[in-house]
Amino acid sequence: MATTFSLVCVLLAVAPLFLIFFYTLFQGISAINLDFFLQMPKPVGETGGGMANALAGTGILIGLGALFGLPIGIMSGIYLAEYGNNPFASTVRFLSDVLSGVPSIVVGVVAYIIVVLPMKHFSALAGGVALGILMIPTVTRTTEEMIRLVPHYYREAGLALGIPQWKTTLRIILPTALKGITTGILLALARAAGETAPLLFTALGNRFWSTSIGQPIASLTVFIFDYAKAPFEDWNRQAWAAALVLIALIFLLNLIFRVVTRGRYTER
Amino acid sequence: MKPLITQHVKHEPINSFSAVDKLDVKITAQNVNAYFGKTRALKDVSLAFPSRRVVAIIGPSGCGKSTFLRCVNRMHEVAGGTMTGDIMLDGENIQAYDPVLLRRRVGMVFQKPNPFPTMSIFDNVAAGLRLNGMRDRRVLAETVERSLRRAALWDEVKDSLQKSGTSISGGQQQRLCIARALAVDPEVLLMDEPASALDPISTAKIEELIYQLKENYTIVIVTHNMQQAARVSDRTAFFYLGELIEYDETKKMFTTPEKKQTEEYITGRFG
Amino acid sequence: MQIAVKAVGHELGGVLTSSTPPAVSSGRASKASRWNVGDMVFKNLTLLFALIVFSLVFLMGYEMYKGSELSIQKFGLSFLTGTTWDPVRDEYGALPFVFGTIVSSMLALIVAVPLSVGVAVFLSELAPGWVERPLSYLVELLAAIPSIVYGLWGVFVLVPWIRTTVEPFLSKSAGFLPIFKGAPYGFGMLAAGLILAIMILPIITSISRDVLKAIPNLQREAALALGATTWEKTKVVLASARSGILGATLLGLGRAVGETMAVTMVIGNRPEISFSVFDPGHSMASVIANEFTEATSDMYVSALIEIALVLFVVTIILNALARLVVWSVTRTYKAG
Repeated sequence: MATTFSLVCVLLAVAPLFLIFFYTLFQGISAINLDFFLQMPKPVGETGGGMANALAGTGILIGLGALFGLPIGIMSGIYLAEYGNNPFASTVRFLSDVLSGVPSIVVGVVAYIIVVLPMKHFSALAGGVALGILMIPTVTRTTEEMIRLVPHYYREAGLALGIPQWKTTLRIILPTALKGITTGILLALARAAGETAPLLFTALGNRFWSTSIGQPIASLTVFIFDYAKAPFEDWNRQAWAAALVLIALIFLLNLIFRVVTRGRYTER
Repeated sequence: MKPLITQHVKHEPINSFSAVDKLDVKITAQNVNAYFGKTRALKDVSLAFPSRRVVAIIGPSGCGKSTFLRCVNRMHEVAGGTMTGDIMLDGENIQAYDPVLLRRRVGMVFQKPNPFPTMSIFDNVAAGLRLNGMRDRRVLAETVERSLRRAALWDEVKDSLQKSGTSISGGQQQRLCIARALAVDPEVLLMDEPASALDPISTAKIEELIYQLKENYTIVIVTHNMQQAARVSDRTAFFYLGELIEYDETKKMFTTPEKKQTEEYITGRFG
Repeated sequence: MQIAVKAVGHELGGVLTSSTPPAVSSGRASKASRWNVGDMVFKNLTLLFALIVFSLVFLMGYEMYKGSELSIQKFGLSFLTGTTWDPVRDEYGALPFVFGTIVSSMLALIVAVPLSVGVAVFLSELAPGWVERPLSYLVELLAAIPSIVYGLWGVFVLVPWIRTTVEPFLSKSAGFLPIFKGAPYGFGMLAAGLILAIMILPIITSISRDVLKAIPNLQREAALALGATTWEKTKVVLASARSGILGATLLGLGRAVGETMAVTMVIGNRPEISFSVFDPGHSMASVIANEFTEATSDMYVSALIEIALVLFVVTIILNALARLVVWSVTRTYKAG
């Protein structure tokens, strides 16, 4: 009896995954063509067009987020791995976990306050800051874990050669952990690419082509939001297509992360 | 020659320097105690290592031989250990010495071959120099070749220096690690069971290598293999439960040991 | 050979000055200077970045507090109890949104927790390894789907289904209950609760599964030795995992409270308090998403920022509580 109950649960739980994926696939595939990736959105009422500016925008936003969030995340991760056996470090870990639980819309509000208000307009920069903050906990945790996974005997060998500790960490341990850290970064980037809420009032959105970081910018996710809300069926289909592109990208990066980290674990 | 060890061990310091007087003394240890937290790993160990000789340290597992080895280049600190007593390198106390510089004079080879996985064979050997600022490519290339020759590995890898350090066999990796240690031009080489993870043929190669290396380096080798100690070393020290029990010329130690414990260990009665 | 060694020693002299015996004194002299400089710089540099992470949470709270000062001063506590949300008159009471967040999250928990525990039990107790691993992966994939895609699917698939199938069914069979009253609109609290349930299922499942797995096999073997059936053995294990599952639930709740896009696309966005799940509503996260760019007056923005601040505090408390609970459970079993 218990088995049937849990089996039913499993089916109910996994069903949405397939439902969502296949529905997105079928709805979206019809609108996917080269134009979709290369063209700009067409004016209201005209069919066709693409999301080129949204793709570029998401790329720029993730890039800005990485610029802001990666150095902080990686350096903090190094600190926690190398010098992290004290109460301050434990607090940092705890706060990093707390940060990862803050809703992304709240992070967007903060980015609004500290970037949009002083600048007096919406901008890609503000969106980038929001995404960067969202990336920090993941990158910190991954960096720390990957460095800790490096076998201790490499550190010993480095130190025994008379290499100072900081150089051993930077030039021997870190390169060894790099593959794992990179995939963790990719994961953080993938998650950032899927964010919508924090961008709504930071990067805002843009119907036109823009790569300026001081101006509002389009993004894949806000594109989906706008086109899903619209009363035009053609636009709705494009929203599905964009959603398909988004989840394909995220699933792919997720798979890579899985494969690489699994290899690492069985290696030991 | 005075006997090295006096019978009443308990309260008198073991004077093992006298027999070594005739040779250059490279390293002396006096009343060394080592602690990891509350555990005392070494008890009042005193001995002297002559220059350009091989000293083997034997004893059952957990007797402190690896710990002692790590005290000599202050690697015990890396594992959180503390030490009291004095260890002198060429008459200078190592505690007053920059550990980084100390470790360039006293090199170490570990039990498990550990070439750096992200570096090529060449880069591995050059690591000690390069990461300390040496940029001259000619010097690096010369040093790499010389070190690989000294480690008896040059002929086997000279055409594949750019291959990954981990792409060669275990025995070759260990010789690579030896070459890497030699490249920084140490005076002393500490070897912690260097052949225990290797097959017999590689082991034989390493032992032969040690025999050649002692021409230029002072070598201390920790081993649990007594035959190896007998084959390779000039003097042997027997440790038990953190204490130095006996320290003598290898031939004498293995034929007519002075202490009962030594004899029992050597004949396989325990350990 | 020895000459060569000495020659190398001289060449390297520029780099390794103190390593040749004659330079013994410089080893001691450079103790203070060369010894720790690099190490100290590196350590302090990384420490600096760790400090940034440390202060980020406090900085965020502070900025939001400052940003909502206008609203806090004007409304005080009545902000959370007031039901009028009137941007025209600059009167802001956030109760409808608090209510909406609570109701949609509770609905989500009611649906998700039994399902999640069922799946977790299956993964931890019943499934063989070759089934468990891919299945766990599928559950984690659910977590990787972005909120906006859930929202999109919610709008075009879930809501119509609710409108045409679920709500009429509930109306017919249990329409006497106040929570099932009203016209089947599709968009509304029920839709929000259901989609949230799907979204928080992965996190509750994976943590519950980990907690269950952490319980030592001794318990299972003891139960079986006493003649228990599979179900009874599972009950024993579940009882031990109680607090861990509670922690997982808290984490799921934390996620549900903060979910924005999926909710705002299906909840109807009407700041009303109603006791029927058929009716549209609003949540704290969705009102911010909807109205932030339209906020014209400073008071309006301040009120919205205050809502964000409330969300911030609530999710921090939920998360901290949850992690404390989960941490203490796994610690108990690690020690054992």
